[in-house]
Amino acid sequence: MADAKAGAGNAIVGMGRGSYAMLLVFFLGPAVVIYTVFSIYPLLATIFNSLYLRQPDGAYIFNGLGNFQTLLTDTTWSAPFWNAFRNNCYFFLIHMLVQNPIGLALAAMLSLPRLRFRATYRTLIFMPTMLSVVIIGFTWQLILSPLWGISKMFLNAFGLGFLFAPWLGQESTALITVSLISVWQFVGIPMILIYTALLAIPEELIDAATVDGLNQFQAFIWVKLPLIFPTIGLVSVLTFVNNFNAFDLIYAMKGALAGPNFSADIMGTLFYRTFFGNQLQLGDLSMGSTIATMMFLIILIGIMCYLFLIQRRMQRYSF
Amino acid sequence: MRKPASAIAVHGILILYTALALFPIILVIMNSFKARKAIFGAPLALPTPSTFSLIGYDKVFGDSSIVSYYLNSITATGGTIFFTLLFGAMAAWALTEYKFRWNTLLTLFLAVGIMVPIRLGSVAIIQLIVELNLINTLTALILVYTAQNLPLSIFILSEFIAQIPKDLREAGRCDGLSEYSIFFYIVLPLIRPAMATVAVFTMIPVWNDLWFPLLLAPTGGKQTITLGIQQFLGQYITDWNAVLSALSTAIIPVLILYVVFSRQLIRGLTSGAVK
Amino acid sequence: MLKTGLKTMLLTAVAMTAFAGAASAGKLTIESWRNDDATIWKEKIIPAFQAKHPDITVEFTPTAPKEYNAALNARLEGGTAGDIITCRPFDASLELFNKGHLAGLNDLPSMAGFSDVAKSAWTTDDGKTTFCVPMASVIHGFIYNKDIFAELKLAEPKTEEEFLAVLEAIKKDGKYVPLVLGTNDQWEAATMGFQNIGPNYWKGEKGRKKLIDGTGKLTDPEYVNTFAALAKWAPYMGDGYKAQTYPDSQNLFGLGKGAIYAAGSWDISTFRGQDVPMGAFKAPPPAGSADCYISDHTDIGIGMNAKSANAADAKVFLDWIGSDEFANILGNALPGFFPLSNAKVTLTDDVAQTFVSWRGECKSTIRDSYQILSRGTPNLENEMWNVSAQVLNGTMTPEAAGAQLEDGLKKWYAPHQK
Repeated sequence: MADAKAGAGNAIVGMGRGSYAMLLVFFLGPAVVIYTVFSIYPLLATIFNSLYLRQPDGAYIFNGLGNFQTLLTDTTWSAPFWNAFRNNCYFFLIHMLVQNPIGLALAAMLSLPRLRFRATYRTLIFMPTMLSVVIIGFTWQLILSPLWGISKMFLNAFGLGFLFAPWLGQESTALITVSLISVWQFVGIPMILIYTALLAIPEELIDAATVDGLNQFQAFIWVKLPLIFPTIGLVSVLTFVNNFNAFDLIYAMKGALAGPNFSADIMGTLFYRTFFGNQLQLGDLSMGSTIATMMFLIILIGIMCYLFLIQRRMQRYSF
Repeated sequence: MRKPASAIAVHGILILYTALALFPIILVIMNSFKARKAIFGAPLALPTPSTFSLIGYDKVFGDSSIVSYYLNSITATGGTIFFTLLFGAMAAWALTEYKFRWNTLLTLFLAVGIMVPIRLGSVAIIQLIVELNLINTLTALILVYTAQNLPLSIFILSEFIAQIPKDLREAGRCDGLSEYSIFFYIVLPLIRPAMATVAVFTMIPVWNDLWFPLLLAPTGGKQTITLGIQQFLGQYITDWNAVLSALSTAIIPVLILYVVFSRQLIRGLTSGAVK
Repeated sequence: MLKTGLKTMLLTAVAMTAFAGAASAGKLTIESWRNDDATIWKEKIIPAFQAKHPDITVEFTPTAPKEYNAALNARLEGGTAGDIITCRPFDASLELFNKGHLAGLNDLPSMAGFSDVAKSAWTTDDGKTTFCVPMASVIHGFIYNKDIFAELKLAEPKTEEEFLAVLEAIKKDGKYVPLVLGTNDQWEAATMGFQNIGPNYWKGEKGRKKLIDGTGKLTDPEYVNTFAALAKWAPYMGDGYKAQTYPDSQNLFGLGKGAIYAAGSWDISTFRGQDVPMGAFKAPPPAGSADCYISDHTDIGIGMNAKSANAADAKVFLDWIGSDEFANILGNALPGFFPLSNAKVTLTDDVAQTFVSWRGECKSTIRDSYQILSRGTPNLENEMWNVSAQVLNGTMTPEAAGAQLEDGLKKWYAPHQK
């Protein structure tokens, strides 16, 4: 498998070429095999399927990139596709603008020296992240349900009853509502990642900064923040990947048609609907795989941007 | 935290946010102990002796499979964490420590898995699992989840392994330890905190996943608790006593486990092993 | 090479977990989306079958309706689906048959007990092969709360005009939600709304056939007027109906907070469980209608996985599904599912009786999007969910709704391209 270049650039003295290869096979073998068989192979099969077109008689013929042309140019497909893509971008934007700043702020507060009940706060705030999307979706649907009326009661308590609206059911608010529920659930992830990074910053650095006359807030902005840029980059790219893979919450709350009028439809729900079908719509292996491949490409482009533009620049700041 | 005013402000914000995070969970658990009329009549009130009811729980546990669903989830999640951590750490070690041709290529190859939802390959996965005669087994779930989680685990663990001072490894080599011993006796203990983090990140999506249990182990008593609860919810969807009790049944043990596990995690994180 | 490595891995994994399970022979597994009925299957239907055939064990393993088609397709592709498959009507099941997933059942003795109309939903286009045993149909209409009607001194509406007057009276009173229907899940808007009242406008089967042969268009007045009638409901639907889910609706009516529920007959058993004093009236026809039409939709069939390892047992089971005994159990254990066999079934539920009595008064039809018209992309059924919900939400005019449906159909269906 991995061709060993014994001794090159690394001093493993007294190890022969053969046993070095054995070493690599031992350490890398299990991970590479499981990963290749259960992850890469199925994905390749999907990409492969996207090159075929289903005929009315049920046979599949090779169609080259024809499915991609259909997806991007035929309005029957392109309109839903771009709609889902646009919604997905909003979904991501809301996470970047709401989830990650809140996560950062919470992590910053939790990492303050001599903060009491730190562990308690951290544990409790992370709790929603632990729960199944099925449960979260269901719970929020109950809370926002006009039938149960919790949210209306709540707004009434503050004299804001007039603000109540069926947020999940309106074209203008459905996507934002679902996004914020997702933010609510997953804010713990950026919080923990950033918090861990903040803890790793040596105390002496902060002490030195405060001696220089900076207050806590200034010390955070000028000393800590630059040091955790790599983590923030990592959080951003994880958010990007998760958001463009998202499916469960919207499916659980709005169904496969992600309505009203597809206003909450994202790539994941579009893929699901196309690939597996809906009530009377039959699953379409070819077009479903084509959408899946497009999702793959979009995510790949995002990751490339991160690797080549952001991470490179950040390496210089990392400690 | 020298100024009390700012300390109060920080605690105020944290308490508010904690309340926001907990409110829906508490609401569900609280109402699960109330009679149907009280659930709809006064959803924000605590259960009182007159509104207290366990009728929902009777229904949930009347479906006696719940306990075995828990065991299924624990097995699937535990197995996945074990293999993800072990194989992930081994691969991360090899990728960071040894220079060989295709090292970068292999890293990129593994990175693909972070980006792509394995769900996109569902049909091929099912066919594969059928061919291996593993349908309706937890082994199928463990294999798929391990494949799904390995890339991120390798990614995170590599970062940590790279931070281990070179002297430690070289010292081991000078003492005549084999590469295997260096990994298992020096490196593994050092990256324990990182492994705890990876374990949490692995555990959450695996425990909560609905998709693969639905496709790979939907029947035959091998349902995970998430799938079991989903099936239960579907059956009793208009019976809010049962719905809220089922939700609570799914929530409470996870939270207890998490609180226990979280102490360990904090200790690991703050032990200062990685700096 | 992959496989060898894999086997090593598997041995480790299996040794670790020792959880490999094997399906026991001679056991039939039923795939179904009717998770609501799981208890009835387990406690009534299966025991009744096993009383006759003690040597065959049967397990009912439903999937939630939302996931059913997707999960079933994936399991059929993967070869892991159960022996018995509950069939959606028309094209969804026809596709499964064409792909070789469902077995032909022409030789099943009890098939003789079904009319061609009953079998049409699960028969190939050429009429030669039937691949599912017809099980039940469902009828649309409106269920109302008798206590509320008595309190407000209201009578069952006979025409659309009276229907709107009744809704207005309930709204004026202010205590109850006049019409219980939500648009969050979309399908109710199309199914309980559009398909419920529409047959009176498009004259049932006549209109449906015209759509199929292309002489009728969805932009024709009968369809636009159906949407216009639907749009008039909006002021009478509950507060926040746009976010109201199907279970919300069921609870709203079940708790006695709503007066009229736009129904499918299958809802009867849900409300029986909640002790609602129920009555029912059929979709009230618009002014000037000579005849009335009801949506009496062949909804559930039951077939056999072509790759079942227990084909002989499965056929025994399916034959029993076609028997008079099953028809009687089904019709009474699940009021609102009306058996499709020619067997004489005595229904004990009075509301179910009311629904079924409409068959004598009006002409029956099935939902017009189900046969042939939902075969292409965009999918007519999906489009109907979308536009019906939008019309009820007030974000789309009836004309625009008809136009969008027709445009979609025109894209792929030749008879509409003329």
